[in-house]
Amino acid sequence: MSVVAIPHTAVRTAPRNLGDRILRGVLRLAALVLVLLVAAIVVEMLCTALPAMHKFGWRFVVTSTWDPVAERFGALPFVYGTVVSSLLALLIAVPLGVGAAIYLAELAPAWIRPPLAFLVELVAAVPSVIYGLWGIFVLAPLLRTWVQPFLGATLGFLPLFQGPPYGVGMLAAGIILAIMVVPFITAVSREVLLAVPNTQREAALALGATRWETTRMAVLRYGRSGLVGAILLGLGRALGETMAVTMVIGNRPEVALSLFAPGYTMASVIANEFTEATSDLYLSALIEIGLLLFVVTVIVNALARLLVWSVGGPVKAIRE
Amino acid sequence: MADGILVKDLNAWFGDHHVLHDIGIAMAPKAVTALIGPSGCGKSTFIRCLNRMHEVVPGARVTGGVRVEGQDVYAPGVDPVQIRRKIGMVFQKPNPFPTMSVFDNVVVGLRLGGMRERAVLHEAAERALRQAALWDEVKDALGKSGVSLSGGQQQRLCIARALAVEPEVLLMDEPCSALDPIATAKIEELILELRSTLTIVIVTHNMQQAARVSEATGFFLLGELVEFGVTRQLFTNPRDKRTEDYITGRFG
Repeated sequence: MSVVAIPHTAVRTAPRNLGDRILRGVLRLAALVLVLLVAAIVVEMLCTALPAMHKFGWRFVVTSTWDPVAERFGALPFVYGTVVSSLLALLIAVPLGVGAAIYLAELAPAWIRPPLAFLVELVAAVPSVIYGLWGIFVLAPLLRTWVQPFLGATLGFLPLFQGPPYGVGMLAAGIILAIMVVPFITAVSREVLLAVPNTQREAALALGATRWETTRMAVLRYGRSGLVGAILLGLGRALGETMAVTMVIGNRPEVALSLFAPGYTMASVIANEFTEATSDLYLSALIEIGLLLFVVTVIVNALARLLVWSVGGPVKAIRE
Repeated sequence: MADGILVKDLNAWFGDHHVLHDIGIAMAPKAVTALIGPSGCGKSTFIRCLNRMHEVVPGARVTGGVRVEGQDVYAPGVDPVQIRRKIGMVFQKPNPFPTMSVFDNVVVGLRLGGMRERAVLHEAAERALRQAALWDEVKDALGKSGVSLSGGQQQRLCIARALAVEPEVLLMDEPCSALDPIATAKIEELILELRSTLTIVIVTHNMQQAARVSEATGFFLLGELVEFGVTRQLFTNPRDKRTEDYITGRFG
């Protein structure tokens, strides 16, 4: 048996080690601060929301009366408004955003790509109040005079497109949100598609795939978990967006099936009524809505992680 | 009658960079032709011109004539997609589709051609995997992801994927450069088995490999075909001084 002797000389250099230890301490502190911040926010919201939670219990989430004068609070219309307006936004923004990303990453002529990509990022930087103004003065009249009467006449048999065309309402909120999240979905999806190795495209092309077939089977499939991530980023933004939605959704706490009807979102009600919340219970109810928004966001993100994990997971077995 | 691959006055560019100069070559059908030369000599570009893969790079350009098994590859009106369906290609790095199973990887070319019948697909998959000497290793794992295989298996999977559509020609661009010696030996064995049924063109950095698997060898240098001839003769008695310098390791 041969033994290799390892010399016991000290390789440790004290100053460098000290620097490493200090750096590690500082970085650990930075990470800890983040965790503490989240914990502090949750604890603070829980404490303030406690009176409302005691008074209404589960009824807070499942009832739709919002009467500050009688101090009866049910948050269902806000949860409904947030979820529906965000989903509507995704329905419009995903095909548009992913489509634009495919064009930018795969098909567009080389000279047009940088200016277009820059433009997309520019659109993402427009403040949301601008979108809100545009929504009130351009989008809502357009919906009221053209789009909603047309939808009512053609698809009016569906409960989604019934009722008087106000212009402002769930449809306007969904469209505004869609316009706001499209640049995010486009920008991130484009990065995802650009990260797909060229060898994958060549594999498909060499098999005699057309441009579209190559995009579909080599590029989109390769990047699908990243694309889901891009969509989630858009969803996260839609769920939390406050200003633009508040300006166009109509702010009526009702659960209405029709997309023409006004609605309300969690973020909007907090922004609108925070200054008027004179009684402790009213304030407590608003904070509980904040907590609910937090919970909804966490649930959506968790579901999304699950989705990413399941599409990125092992390929399903073929059936013999 | 199959007539192999005929190339005449082939020139290729990347933008302003002239990478292939007046290449003319006649490669025999149902035989293995090896192309050797130092990095950057244009041999990979050359085989990518044979199935019109060169032009997928932005700014790339080709002039000249290529006939593959009687078909004029660059005739006006010829769809490059149709050309590529008839010419199989294997790349330097194994590139199976990671989101597809082993089975789906093999039959992807047939599906592109519109084949949907399960029985036909299964038969083709088994035949191609047997041809690629991979069947015994993966027959119980056809549903597993294509990237769950080892590197050598992945490369044979890519060969099976190319063979599944029954091409007349197989182009191999340094197929063993990312593989260990054992996996390399398997691929070489496979090439020797396949050569009675297909026309194979292999680009390689490894001169021993060229000597082992090919009947004819071409030596490329700086975008020119310096010498082309029977493999044994090229390696034992090269006509050109530059070929001799290269194979004896004096440069490159």
